[in-house]
Amino acid sequence: MGLLSKKDAKLITDPLADNNPITIQVLGICSALAITAELKPSIVMAIAVLFVLGVGNVIISLMRNIIPSKIRIIVQLIVVAALVIIVDLILKAFAYELSKTLSVFVGLIITNCIIMGRFEAFALANSPWRSFLDGIGNALGYGVILIIIGFFRELLGSGSLLGFKVLGDAIEKTGVYAYGYENNGFMLLAPMALITIGIIIWVQRSRNKDLLEEELVGHCDI
Amino acid sequence: MANTEKNSYTVLFATAMVLIVGTLLAFVASSLKEKIAENKRIEKQQNILYAMGVNENEEGSVAFVAKKNVESEFSKYITKQLVITGTEVTENDKAYLIDLKKEAAAAKKTSYQRRLPLFIGKKEGKDFYIIPVRGKGLWDAIWGYVAIDNQLVVQGVYFDHAGETPGLGSNIKERFFMDDFIGEHIFDGDTFKSIAVIKSNADPKNLNKTDFEVDAIAGATITGTGLATMLKKDLEMYVPYLKTIKQ
Repeated sequence: MGLLSKKDAKLITDPLADNNPITIQVLGICSALAITAELKPSIVMAIAVLFVLGVGNVIISLMRNIIPSKIRIIVQLIVVAALVIIVDLILKAFAYELSKTLSVFVGLIITNCIIMGRFEAFALANSPWRSFLDGIGNALGYGVILIIIGFFRELLGSGSLLGFKVLGDAIEKTGVYAYGYENNGFMLLAPMALITIGIIIWVQRSRNKDLLEEELVGHCDI
Repeated sequence: MANTEKNSYTVLFATAMVLIVGTLLAFVASSLKEKIAENKRIEKQQNILYAMGVNENEEGSVAFVAKKNVESEFSKYITKQLVITGTEVTENDKAYLIDLKKEAAAAKKTSYQRRLPLFIGKKEGKDFYIIPVRGKGLWDAIWGYVAIDNQLVVQGVYFDHAGETPGLGSNIKERFFMDDFIGEHIFDGDTFKSIAVIKSNADPKNLNKTDFEVDAIAGATITGTGLATMLKKDLEMYVPYLKTIKQ
């Protein structure tokens, strides 16, 4: 018996693999395309979503018995928006440099439909502790994919990782560039992010055939 | 538990929620307002110092003077702050607080004479004239500071943006882009040329410093063009003054 019961642990492990919000549920694609041109913003976005989804799920779960079902979506939206604004203000006041790095990403969190999706599908019907675990699990599942995409896009598109030129200097022709290697600028554009997600989905499904029959439900267009 | 399906309950809930969230946000915003404004003021000083080469850059990184030293470094290196209004030049040690956005908006009225701030710095016996610029990128505002010497050669720049595309337009604040400006001329003899941001640049290593252009960032055409327009428009306003400092 560990810290979590088996059922609770599944809330965290499931979204990491067999029920991943991006590759299986196909949610949160917009931000996965928009911000993964480099590794650093991918990591930062993953952390920001971890916070908002963890806290947001708990708040919605605490309020689940008093929210009128007719306006529940608006209530969820207000909770996300308020959390994001508060985080943004606190960062600006106490971690100004970090808030500069985050710049547009903080605002983008609101448009991430994984958050609304988890509020609606899980937090409204479960206890705060389980909702918290579910939020953390889904945010991690989202973050892992983001970081994988960011890793390949920055490596193949700019020849660097976290800004460090790991493949040598493209202009000075050092490292692998000395052998005629070129950066693929196409990796920096959104279509390649989608293709990268496609490859991840392909790899995941060919390793786990159970996923093939599963019907894709609840995807959203944002 | 009250019946959550009733209309009256819904209205009550919505009202209460709006009041609570509104109060909370207003409280957080107003209690942090001063701290945020102070951060922005310090950032301006850091940016100005950065442009004239007072920074803690290591290889490849962009590092400002540490926050706690900004005030003393700023008064040490920035010897004069000027406000240029038409042909009149006055000293004003609050010139760096002039809001370029408001000035540009006010200048649209013909009756308004735009105030142009300019900062004079001195480092190791050399004079730097630092000009603030502001313009439009792809999504939002871009701005920066350009430091030139009395030969009218760029000695350093700092650029920043409100919301350019991460990994593409946002690279205007990276060293590899900003450092290209160092040493570039902005005048051809007596003619103001500014610096263009050019794709298919024949000079990607930027060895030619008198071609009035730097290499653009791939995938950030509109940000680059916006930046070049910003430099041309804003530096042009200072041309009459710049001609007086040329040695």
